[in-house]
Amino acid sequence: MKHIKTINGASMTKNINKAGCGECQTSCQSACKTSCTVANQQCENK
Amino acid sequence: MIHKFSMHGTNIVLDINTGAVHVVDEITYNALEYIDITGCINRTEAITALSDRYNEKEIVEAIDEIDELINNKLLFTADPFENYIPIWSGKKPVVKALCLHIAHDCNLRCKYCFASTGDYSGQRSLMSLETGKRAIDFLIRNSANRRNLEVDFFGGEPLMNFDVVKGIVEYARGLEKDNNKNFRFTITTNMLLLNDDILDYINKNMSNVVLSIDGRKAINDKMRKRVNGTGCYDKIVPIAKKVAESRNQNNYYVRGTFTRNNLDFAEDVLHLADLGFEQISVEPVVAAEGTDIDIRKEDIDSACREYERLAYEYIKRRKEGNWFNFFHFMIDLEGGPCVAKRMAGCGSGHEYLAVTPEGDLYPCHQFVGDEKFYMGSVYTGFTQESETLAELFKKTNIYTKTECSECWAKFYCSGGCAANAYQFNKDINIPYKIGCELEKKRVECALWIKAQESM
Repeated sequence: MKHIKTINGASMTKNINKAGCGECQTSCQSACKTSCTVANQQCENK
Repeated sequence: MIHKFSMHGTNIVLDINTGAVHVVDEITYNALEYIDITGCINRTEAITALSDRYNEKEIVEAIDEIDELINNKLLFTADPFENYIPIWSGKKPVVKALCLHIAHDCNLRCKYCFASTGDYSGQRSLMSLETGKRAIDFLIRNSANRRNLEVDFFGGEPLMNFDVVKGIVEYARGLEKDNNKNFRFTITTNMLLLNDDILDYINKNMSNVVLSIDGRKAINDKMRKRVNGTGCYDKIVPIAKKVAESRNQNNYYVRGTFTRNNLDFAEDVLHLADLGFEQISVEPVVAAEGTDIDIRKEDIDSACREYERLAYEYIKRRKEGNWFNFFHFMIDLEGGPCVAKRMAGCGSGHEYLAVTPEGDLYPCHQFVGDEKFYMGSVYTGFTQESETLAELFKKTNIYTKTECSECWAKFYCSGGCAANAYQFNKDINIPYKIGCELEKKRVECALWIKAQESM
């Protein structure tokens, strides 16, 4: 493409049926105790 | 739905429901104005409107490329997630993380402390080893077949009661094998009591350490004062450096708070980077309205500009080889948490609970002391009333919050902090607006940084 560069595909909808196992880290425990920052967390179910 | 924005000369388009991210040129950026929310393109209108600035061939090319992305379901996609909510939120509640308030006491008197300088508006007290052990038993008992369990040693200042921390770690480790659990311990400390022996123990046993420091000496010492009124910067910087090096610059954070008195907080982040720290987290204070430190509506523009300035300097330094990581600019576009996690957020009140020194349970550390949110005790278990409370927290997600369901950043912040929402709006389903604006800017910065690193 000449006008558009895609830097990330449709990652959110991948493996949607496997979502919700809950083994991931609790977000507020990581480095913030007053604000949620969830998008940087790792999935533990890979 | 899409979200588009320009930052430092880069045009970025996010397809909200798939997480697809595109960097586009100016023609495409402007052509997107002529596409409705369902992805229907008004070609004639776009060509007519843009032909005074660009030639028709270029406009048509840009529109064709947009069209291709729409056909490939990478732009203007519909929301496929709402139907999954009953499946994800219908599961039986499981507790997987505890914040143990090892000490409701502190050797600092920080002016912005949400815990009323360490005592959470109650009596200064320390957790006993017996209560700590009961908390571990409670966690194992209520975690069903969840294997990874987290325990954060928090305060006040947990090093004021470190023998109990060690006793709890030892007790929990002894139960791991028989119960098929894996405990991950973390600790949050102001470092004043951190000596070599304690550091050695922490490095052997804690998966993460959060070290509290606000940045520049004058900024830190204005807020983070000892009981006698003196600042702590000179004492803690060498200790923090030692911790960072001893952990090979990994699995720790220096963590600071900024207030409306240092809206030039990028200087504090960069100061911490200049000191050699590679893992940095600095976030806005959440203080009551009318205090002299709270971030106000009129501060938002200035704070957002500062985030943009920090993002620019961040990428410059990383490209020059002076790498550091800013927690609030981290975003994992390809991996990252699943959508269920993104919808539900932090898990406070059901997956994540706080335990006071006396063993009382609250939805999270920020609700401690508010009796309306008392949920029981590690000695006697959940109260009957707590079931309703747990259900309320469990069912709260980005779709139960009107503001969130319409927000482009919902899958990145997951609906924000319930405690902040309650503090400002007396309702965990109405997010704290100022926090939202700052979070949205941080997500934009994170996407811009990804764009720079991919080009």
